Order: sequence, then structure tokens, then C-alpha cells
Amino acid sequence: MSTHTLRAKRRRSALRTVAFLSPWLIGFGVFFAYPLVSTVYFSLMKYDGFGTPVFRGLGNWAYVFNDYPLFWPALRNTLWLVLVMVTCRVVFGLGIGLLITKIKTGTGVFRTLFYLPYLAPPVAATLAFVFLLNPGTGPVNSVLDGLGLPTPGWFTDPAWSKPALTALALWGVGDLMVIFMAALLDVPKEQYEAAELDGTSAWQRFRFVTLPNISPIVMFAVVTGVIQTMQYYTQPLVAGKVASGIIGGSGQQFEPGYPDKSTLTLPQLVYNLGFQRFDYGSACVVALVLFALAMAFTALLMRRRGGLMQAGD
Amino acid sequence: MTQVLDKPVQLGNPTVAERTARRRALLEWIAIHSLGIAAALFFTLPFVFVVLTSLMSDQQALTRDLVPDTWEWGNYTKVFDTPGFLTWWKNTLIYAGLGTVLTVVSSVPVAYALAKFRFRGRNLSLMLVISMMMLPPQVIIIPMYLFWAKQLDLSGTLWPLIIPMAFGDAFSIFLLRQFLMTIPNEYLDAARVDGCGELRTLLRVVLPMAKPGIAAVALFQFFYAWNDYFGPQIYASENPGAWTLSYGLESFKGAHHTDWNLTMAATVLVMAPVILVFFFAQKAFVEGVTLTGVKG
Repeated sequence: MSTHTLRAKRRRSALRTVAFLSPWLIGFGVFFAYPLVSTVYFSLMKYDGFGTPVFRGLGNWAYVFNDYPLFWPALRNTLWLVLVMVTCRVVFGLGIGLLITKIKTGTGVFRTLFYLPYLAPPVAATLAFVFLLNPGTGPVNSVLDGLGLPTPGWFTDPAWSKPALTALALWGVGDLMVIFMAALLDVPKEQYEAAELDGTSAWQRFRFVTLPNISPIVMFAVVTGVIQTMQYYTQPLVAGKVASGIIGGSGQQFEPGYPDKSTLTLPQLVYNLGFQRFDYGSACVVALVLFALAMAFTALLMRRRGGLMQAGD
Repeated sequence: MTQVLDKPVQLGNPTVAERTARRRALLEWIAIHSLGIAAALFFTLPFVFVVLTSLMSDQQALTRDLVPDTWEWGNYTKVFDTPGFLTWWKNTLIYAGLGTVLTVVSSVPVAYALAKFRFRGRNLSLMLVISMMMLPPQVIIIPMYLFWAKQLDLSGTLWPLIIPMAFGDAFSIFLLRQFLMTIPNEYLDAARVDGCGELRTLLRVVLPMAKPGIAAVALFQFFYAWNDYFGPQIYASENPGAWTLSYGLESFKGAHHTDWNLTMAATVLVMAPVILVFFFAQKAFVEGVTLTGVKG
């Protein structure tokens, strides 16, 4: 084959690749690369959406870190959610996954029941939980009261609002259950049989056979859990709005985080700064903090052995 | 699933050891299934209480009662009579339906190229797709809002949410790519030997085999749009005529602040379609969840 036709062939194959990728190449440019660069630009500008942006240097950064009253509470809440909510979800998801692999009668029914809440639309699920955990008349406190137990204020008490959100997150643990279930069923049976012959206890088999086998999946669940926490927006915002009772038609007056900033998360700050205070520059500063955090954990996920980047052929 | 706990079969006299083993197996069965029932109550009772409250009178919904005195089925007609509720339904169906079609059509070729073509920059492209997938939507919302609202004057509509779906959705590309990786190359080679170009190979050979993956992506995307709250909040909040169910539901609560019965009825009506769709497409769904997680 002459070099000429070879080159033509290569060019055709490159063109073909670009053609197949073209929707995403455009999407990447217009809906990812351009807005990211633009976010960096606006983070250095004073801009309220009208007139022209004015250069402000690092003024927005100084404002967000030093003077914006919601930033540090939101960051603290994020840390709490990462430590408590993500941990609870992974442990509970693993527990439910283990349970479903042990259930021998009616497995399909149990699996469906355990999975369904994961599908409940977040706004609907949050409304349902604000009602269920209504301090005065909600069913949960009615039952707790009937049993002579204390009745917390849940979504109306700063000390209980994040635990209430955690309960909501545990209710929707179906995604993790399915992932853990698949991983548990993949553990080689022979390893259990060998361990059983050695006279090990059930806990030892879990600790020395199950856990090492599924540890990459546990790691995956933790890291994606952290990334999801960076995106945690709808549930805390809706819970705060509904529990506070401040939801008018426009909703512009609601300061997120009710009660007492306890449900603030970083994405809510972007909304608060950009669309309630019309301080686009400072909103972009928070957006970049969020970006750095999300990408750091995404990099962690991609470096995982045999991870998401499994090579093609 | 096979029944593991066999009924004790009396063949001669079981030894003491056998009897203990059997008793232990029975106790374990009881313990596991009791736990299972406890867990099932945790996952289902919220639904039960929501449905029960949706059928109470407005006064009773404010009390501690758990079961309705009179079953007010009329609550559901009242929800449908609420101004806007049917419009929210229509908008949600347009957003979710059109968005899903656009996403599938634009994501399949990209996923195919990432899974089956060899080219320089493929790994980099895949890394960028994953990064886009993990990006919180709030990170780029300020420039995006300025672009759609100030430059294209499309705020107050759902178009800023629908149009981008014609340019590939990162999560869908990733999921489809994972699925297409499982299709052996021999099928593609056979089609190429028969003289099919890449487009024909994709349409005639790959697409029929990729149906489960496409079904999973379509479902996820439909639910994503159905559940989306942030998007409509940013672009549609100023125009109630463009609200979706997920966004309108919250304001429904605002307009009926003491009517928990009606709010819960509306909640049921927002949840029900998702759960119905799930029952018809359970397999594709669960496959999609495992595909993005484990086989990744």
C-alpha cells in the first residue's frame, strides 16, 4: 500500500472518530470548558448581572472566607455529612446487602421493597420525611411518645436536622444495596468453605474473607458518597424551607440553612450568593471551592486499581 | 432463589449433632427473616403513612392519628383541580421525554467511539467524561445562567435544560461505554468484513445488542429530569407556566401550608409514576446500577 493511501485512510479514520464524538465535543466546549473558564473570570469580578463587570482582584475570595457568614457553617456541615452520613450509608448499605444475600424466602419481594425508596423523587421524599418527623403531630414522634421515648424536634432543631437528613439518606440506600449485593455474590464460594473447615466464626469469615474481597467496592461507595455530598442540594434546601414554613410563591426571601444554618451545604451558597444576593463574583468563588473538592475526590476515584478507567481494547 | 431450608426429613434416627445443626439452621432462618421484616418496615412505613395521611380530612391530618376516620378519596381530585398541577405534569413529561430521546441519540455514538475506536486521546476523553459526570451542577451555573438568560433570553422556559441534552450527557456516555465494552469485538469485525461502515455496524449490529444498556440510560435520564429540582429552580422559577412537578410540589406545600392531606396526596402523585415505571423495567434499572458501580 502506498503511503498516500495509508495517510488518506488514517485521515478518514480520524474524521470518523471526530464525527462520532462530535455531540460530546461541542457539549464539552460549551457546557463545561467555557463555563469553567468563565467562572474563574467572574470570581475576580464584581458583577450583579447588570452593567459591566468590574475587576475586584481577590476581593471576592477575601469576602467569602472572612465576611460571608454562611461559608464556614456550610463547610462544617459538609464535613459532618462526609463523616457521619456517608459512613452510615456505607455501613447500612453493606448491612442491607448482606441481609438480602442471606434471605432465602421471598428474596425478590424483599429486594424490591428495600430498593423502592431510592427511586422516590427527592422533593417528594423530603416532603414526606418533614411530615413524618413533624415534632408535634408526625407519626414518628407519635410512636416514640407512645413508647415513652424522647421526641426530638428533628428538622426544626439545629442539633437534630442533620440526623433527620441522615435518616432520609438511609431510607434511600437502595443504590448501595444493589452494588454491595452484586459484590457479595462475586466472592468465591470456596474461600468461605475453606474458612468454615478451619472452624472460623461468622465474624471472622466476614472480617477475613468477605471484607478483603469487597474492599474495592467499599472504597468506591465511600468516594462516590463524598462526591455526592458535594452535590447535596435538594434535600437540605427543601427540608429547611418546608420545616421553616417560609415558602411563598417566589421563595426569594428564604435564607437557606434553617434551622440556624444547620442544613447549609456548599451548593446552596452558590444559589444564595448568585440568585438571592446577586453577587455573581462571590458565587463563583464558592463554585470554585466546590469544583476543587469534587475534582480532588474524582481523581481519587480514577486512580483506584482497576477503576473506572478500565482500559478499552 | 432456591429454598435452602429443607423440611427435616426423617430417615432413621438423626444423630444429636445433626439435630443441633438443624435447629441452628432454623434459628438462623428465623433471625435473618425477622431482620428482613424489620428492614422492610423501615423502607415501607414512610410510604404507608404518606398514603394514609393523603386520605385523611384536613383536620385529621393535623392530629396524631395514623389511620383515617373517613377515607377522603376526593383529596386526589382536589389536587388535580389545583391551578397549574396539570401544566406541571405536561412540562415534566416534555422535559423528561424529549430530554431522554435527545440524550440517548447524542450519547450512543460517543460511547461507541470511546468503547470501540482506537485513537489518540481516548483515555483523556474518558477522564474528561468522568470529570463532567462528577461535576456539581452549581459549579458552572453562573456563566450558564448568564448565557441562557442574558444572551439567548430563554429564562422562564425549560429549554436551557433540554437543549444541552442534545450534546451528550456524561453519565449516559459513561454507562453506555461500560455496557458496550462487554460486547465482543468479533461481532464488530464480522460486520466490518461484510463491508459495513462504522455507522452501519453501530446501527445494525451494536444497537440491537445494546438494548439493555440503552434502556438503563433512558430510565436514568427520565428519572433525572423527573426529579430535577435545581434546574427548574434556576431557569423556570419566574414563570409558573414552565414549572415541573418536582419544583411545583414545594410551592404546592406553600399554598396549602396546613393541608398536609393534600400535600401528601400530591406527593403520592409525584412518586407514583416513577414507581410504576420501575415495576415495568426493574431489570434494566438494577443492571444499570451495577454496571456503573461494580463492572466499572
